[in-house]
Amino acid sequence: MSTGALYNDQGSAEAAVEAGQETTPTSSGSGAAFGLFSTDFKKNEDLKEMLESNKESLKLEAMKRIVGLISKGKNASELFPAVVKNVASKNIELKKLVYVYLVRYAEEQQDLALLSISTFQRALKDPNQFIRASALRVLSSIRVPIIVPIMMLAIKEAASDLSPYVRKTSAHAIQKLFSLDPDQKEQLIEVIEKLLKDKSTLVAGSVVVAFEEVCPDRIDLIHKNFRKLCNLLVDVEEWGQVVIINMLTRYARTQFTSPWREDAMFDENNEKAFYDSDSEEKKGQADVKTYIMDPDHRLLLRNTKPLLQSRNTAVVMAVAQLYWHLAPKHEVSIVTKSLVRLLRSHREVQYVVLQNIATMSIQRKGMFEPYMKSFYVRSTDSTHIKTLKLEILTNLANEANISTILREFQTYVKSQDKAFAAATIQAIGRCATNISEVTDTCLNGLVLLLSNRDESVVAESVVVIKKLLQTQPNQHSDIISHMAKLFDNITVPMARASILWLMGEYCERVPKIAPDVLRKMAKTFTVEEDIVKLQTVNLAAKLFLTNSKQTKLLTQYILNLGKYDQNYDIRDRTRFIRQLIVPSEKSSTLNKYARRILLASKPAPVLESAFKDRDRFQLGTLSHSLNIKTSGYQELSEWPAVAPDPSVRNVEVIEPVKEWAPSVGKAKQSKSEDKFYSDDEEKEENASDSSSSDDSDSSSSSSEESGSESEEESNEESEKTSSDSGKSSSESETEPKNNSKKATRKKKPADSDSDESDSKASSSSAESSSSSVSDSDDDSEPPAPQKKSNVKARPKVEVKSKKEVSLLDLDDFSPAPMNAPKPSVFSPSLLSDLEGLSLSNVSSAMQVTTPSFGPMKTFELLHHMTGKGLSAKYHFPRQPCLYQPSMVSVQVILTNGSDHTLEEIHVGDRSPASLHIHCFNTIERLEPRASVTVSMGIDFSDSTQAANFQLCTKEDQFSVSIQPAVGELLMPSTMTEADFCKEQKKLLGMNETSATITMTTANTSSQTINKQVLSVANVGVAPSSQNNFHRFAGRTVSSGALVLVSLELKESSSALLTINTEKSIMASMLLQDLKQALTEA
Amino acid sequence: MIHSLFLINASGDIFLEKHWKSVVSRSVCDYFFEAQERATEPENVPPVIPTPHHYLISVLRHRIYFVAVIQSEVPPLFVIEFLHRVVDTFQDYFGVCTEAAIKDNVVVVYELLEEMLDNGFPLATESNILKELIKPPTILRTMVNTITGSTNVGEQLPTGQLSVVPWRRTGVKYTNNEAYFDVVEEIDAIIDKSGSTITAEIQGVIDACVKLTGMPDLTLSFMNPRLLDDVSFHPCVRFKRWEAERILSFIPPDGNFRLLSYHVSSQNLVAIPVYVKHNITFREGSSQGRFDLTLGPKQTMGKAVESVLVSSQLPRGVLNANLNPSQGAYTFDPVTKLLTWDVGKINPQKLPNLKGTMNLQAGASKPDENPTINIQFKIQQMAISGLKVNRLDMYGEKYKPFKGIKYMTKAGKFQVRT
Repeated sequence: MSTGALYNDQGSAEAAVEAGQETTPTSSGSGAAFGLFSTDFKKNEDLKEMLESNKESLKLEAMKRIVGLISKGKNASELFPAVVKNVASKNIELKKLVYVYLVRYAEEQQDLALLSISTFQRALKDPNQFIRASALRVLSSIRVPIIVPIMMLAIKEAASDLSPYVRKTSAHAIQKLFSLDPDQKEQLIEVIEKLLKDKSTLVAGSVVVAFEEVCPDRIDLIHKNFRKLCNLLVDVEEWGQVVIINMLTRYARTQFTSPWREDAMFDENNEKAFYDSDSEEKKGQADVKTYIMDPDHRLLLRNTKPLLQSRNTAVVMAVAQLYWHLAPKHEVSIVTKSLVRLLRSHREVQYVVLQNIATMSIQRKGMFEPYMKSFYVRSTDSTHIKTLKLEILTNLANEANISTILREFQTYVKSQDKAFAAATIQAIGRCATNISEVTDTCLNGLVLLLSNRDESVVAESVVVIKKLLQTQPNQHSDIISHMAKLFDNITVPMARASILWLMGEYCERVPKIAPDVLRKMAKTFTVEEDIVKLQTVNLAAKLFLTNSKQTKLLTQYILNLGKYDQNYDIRDRTRFIRQLIVPSEKSSTLNKYARRILLASKPAPVLESAFKDRDRFQLGTLSHSLNIKTSGYQELSEWPAVAPDPSVRNVEVIEPVKEWAPSVGKAKQSKSEDKFYSDDEEKEENASDSSSSDDSDSSSSSSEESGSESEEESNEESEKTSSDSGKSSSESETEPKNNSKKATRKKKPADSDSDESDSKASSSSAESSSSSVSDSDDDSEPPAPQKKSNVKARPKVEVKSKKEVSLLDLDDFSPAPMNAPKPSVFSPSLLSDLEGLSLSNVSSAMQVTTPSFGPMKTFELLHHMTGKGLSAKYHFPRQPCLYQPSMVSVQVILTNGSDHTLEEIHVGDRSPASLHIHCFNTIERLEPRASVTVSMGIDFSDSTQAANFQLCTKEDQFSVSIQPAVGELLMPSTMTEADFCKEQKKLLGMNETSATITMTTANTSSQTINKQVLSVANVGVAPSSQNNFHRFAGRTVSSGALVLVSLELKESSSALLTINTEKSIMASMLLQDLKQALTEA
Repeated sequence: MIHSLFLINASGDIFLEKHWKSVVSRSVCDYFFEAQERATEPENVPPVIPTPHHYLISVLRHRIYFVAVIQSEVPPLFVIEFLHRVVDTFQDYFGVCTEAAIKDNVVVVYELLEEMLDNGFPLATESNILKELIKPPTILRTMVNTITGSTNVGEQLPTGQLSVVPWRRTGVKYTNNEAYFDVVEEIDAIIDKSGSTITAEIQGVIDACVKLTGMPDLTLSFMNPRLLDDVSFHPCVRFKRWEAERILSFIPPDGNFRLLSYHVSSQNLVAIPVYVKHNITFREGSSQGRFDLTLGPKQTMGKAVESVLVSSQLPRGVLNANLNPSQGAYTFDPVTKLLTWDVGKINPQKLPNLKGTMNLQAGASKPDENPTINIQFKIQQMAISGLKVNRLDMYGEKYKPFKGIKYMTKAGKFQVRT
């Protein structure tokens, strides 16, 4: 009873009505007692009972009805206590509905909402990433100030969660917390900074939204992430793309110089590495400063271009505005086609796109002129679409197309939509003023329209004619008199006022008619609209000055009427005019100038587009659409005169460090200094690995990181090894197989080329990319069976390796064969055996070998003319780099072509600054005509971006750059046919690129093919049982991703070339190169 | 970003509201109603309306206004595009997107909206992911649910959001593996009084219905890919591959989706498949007008022109029309003055004709413009641009799928000015 009464007070009348409409209550006894008041209390009581029942289905039914109430905007807050109890329900749907309810009402019922918090806190620790994410979502959506610290903690924790999905949710939560408590800004910025570094495409969009909301002015946070964001952009989900593109537009405007100069023709030069030295010379010679686009600027433009093909109209628009605001003028036009395509979309999309095109077409007619016909109006278009199309057509009009446009306009004038017809007349007026050739034609056309039956058309014509006549009044007194005749029939005030103004302005040209018009006006003055009255007063004044004999009395009469008018504007005007024109003693000075004041020649109005001033807003924004500055609008800054330091965007080479396992980084550092493998290193490695937390859910990010982890080993000795992050699951069943292969293994070493014995052997038994999700590599406490197999494994390997190099100590051997020496001499099958030992069924295919073929293509690094005698050439020796496994080794031949000795040749500044180069030791002296060969290591990070650095002598510095062909970024790897096929199967779909090529039959011998392929790419030949099948395998140097090339010869000299790799960009580049090489051969 | 969403029906009732941030009073819609009053037609309501504290961005579909409330700067297209996705999702779930359907499924609608936006920023808009999260209601499921009390919410959590192919769910199984592709082209044209073409262009789409087991990887190649001038893809299509080889290579989403929409390069002359002979006249002083309309096929490559529908907005002065169709039936709505004539199939031997008189308001002057005629038609088994699919291959799965490709040409915005 008491609770019922309580609800009675609270329940709103609305809820009462609403509840009454619902199905009849399964009435309870107490409900019936309240029947008198209204049914709704019974109702809510009923819902409450249902919620408190033990039956899930009843609870669910109740929640569904409550959600129904919420959706209709009815108040259901009094049920809060009953609902909140169900927050911990096992039933997912019920739980979700409770969440919906909580988020809606928690703000109103803060104390009770706190009851639910512990449930969420518990869920935040759930092993399931989706549960963690949804708990954070709801927790952060509850707008209760008291839980701010809890939210902050949860966000921070989630920001370093292993699951990218949870991290994404935390990015969303940042904004929610910020809107709840802006004081948390500083802490939140820290989290944002951290999340901006995230490599997952899932997170990128959301964190940029948070950035835009919380700290859009902290542009410095973007520097380091700029390139990453550009590169990830294509893979980010569409909504994130929009936000990122908009943010990057703003960023670019502060960081790069304007590409819109006269000499912006050369902007592509920077892409050609070899021009660099030239341009430097040029700078010295002349003061002409050629514009060179910042490579990052170019990167942004290049990476956004494919998004023009997006199906999401907002993405297309975002790219279009980016090009409009950032691209060199001659490149902007590539967006036209896509924008025109959007016009096929929904009405609302058309509206916004047309607005933007209207603004663009004012400045750049040429962009849209070829698509003029797409802007022709259809009778089914809605009025504002029609008006916008008209606007654009008018903007596009020029001497060449005006006749077509006017013909089109003629159709529009006849439209049944009168507002549109009126707009067309204005458009004709604008065309007439803008293009002098057609002014007369337009004027005649407009005069014809004066006899139109529709009043609004006539009125609009009058207004436009008035404006046109002002520009050239002399010849057209007949038009004025024609309009005077029409005056009686025109009732639209604006048109009447226009005619009156024309009469007054040109009263000397129509001396007979004007006084008569004034006479008519005197009769109707009192019933006219204000605007007409004002013009009547003006006309009277002007006539009084020019023709006072005829109009003196009329003028006085009108001034008297005006004096007592209800509108104070008119009274004011009348008083002013009277003082001005009627001679009196006091105002004589002013009186003298009356004629000059009233009949001064007035400048003709400029008929401008309504979109003229919209370009002050960034295109595509809400502000642009409304033409007012909306809250939260970020100004697009002007280009800086001098670009800020571009090196701020340089990023340290992808650190193989996981945030949660910082010790790995330390291990790496120590390694690069260590000359030999040491036990310490092993331990450190293991320690760090074991410290890395293990989460089987984190798929994408951790696999990426594990990829980089495999790069970290390096060694001054001739071995190049890669650490293994193999799977922790043991595979003791591979043992028998190993044994059986042992025999064959022994034979195989003969295969290894003797000429390679001095070359650097490399081995990388890396992890699988996709399945080694749980890279809890060699745990410090591996499971028992694993240990067992390891024990067995060791002796075998040892026997082998001792035979070959005897470099390794038994103790040095880690559970996974991290330091497999000289693997190039191992047969593939042996390697697979070793892999079996390494407990990974996947990694078997991953051995990297040295090349069997090394083409010597030499490239010029520095010409002796540019280098003041010093010339440099380089080639890729295709040997594993001594210095670090992730580096590509480059040999540079330095020649002194001058007649004096060059001293202290060394490598100077490099860009990007993060570029890891292992420089050659400074060459103290280089005698004339002497040359020296030095080797360097460059970490290209698997991209073909040029490595720029300076080659310095004692006196000079020369900028040089090395641009690797994609094939040089690989290292060969040996694998069996079976392994090859297995790996290939894993890299299907997105990871597969293929092309059909035509080859001359002469070149289909396996020898030629091998030669051609190897000349292009540093890959290893994989055995193939079929004659028409050629296989090559390699791994990218930097990240160790597998690259599989297969060539299937078909009849009639065609062949199918397939490349399987995760690195899709490399794949397509490699495909191109191979295609060329194979077809040319 | 998006603060709240209001759904408003044709009679101006707010029948659903959803808030993603703090609650915005529904009185904000008053500004929308004001704008609605000012606009003469429902379509003329401006999509973006500023109010003192908020901005309203609306789309109109199926006679329902979807009004989003925005508080600060956001690209308007972002919101518009999202709202259209919401409508598409509803349509996908309920078959139709009507007020009744939304009201009947209010809980599902709410669950969907909850998943689609987080704090106003789109979270999951892929229909495949949503369907894993929330099962679409079917009659059978509704019945089972009522009896057993089970739910529409997916039992296991979706994997799609995390996978490399977010548009496809895992573990798809079919007994009949089939992949159907419909190449549908639309002709947009404006024909002037004398029958000459003012503008004509072809826009096409390839809609697919793919029901394949596992993770198939499809490639689709064209005989004449050069025809395609401007294209936009479903996110599944590998752009690089298209750039390099003009081949569509993709892992398809499960079920129905639009693979590609394209525009045929404007250099190609567009074949106009029908012609119209018309004679619509009003005489000064007479209260009668003459109406005579004949349709005929032209450049159809021997294919029949079907489902022809002619509609025309007659001048306001027309009171009624007294016409005689040689085939099909016509209607004239005296309120909206809309004349529609359902012609059906055009028989080249006996051309369809609609002839008769129109009665004008007595004393009213002759209308000074002639009505525009809108024509709809369909031509089966032909893509008017000549686009042809060369082959469709599947990789990645062992079985042999059943493949089918259908061509169709339709009238888009096809107008004849008279």
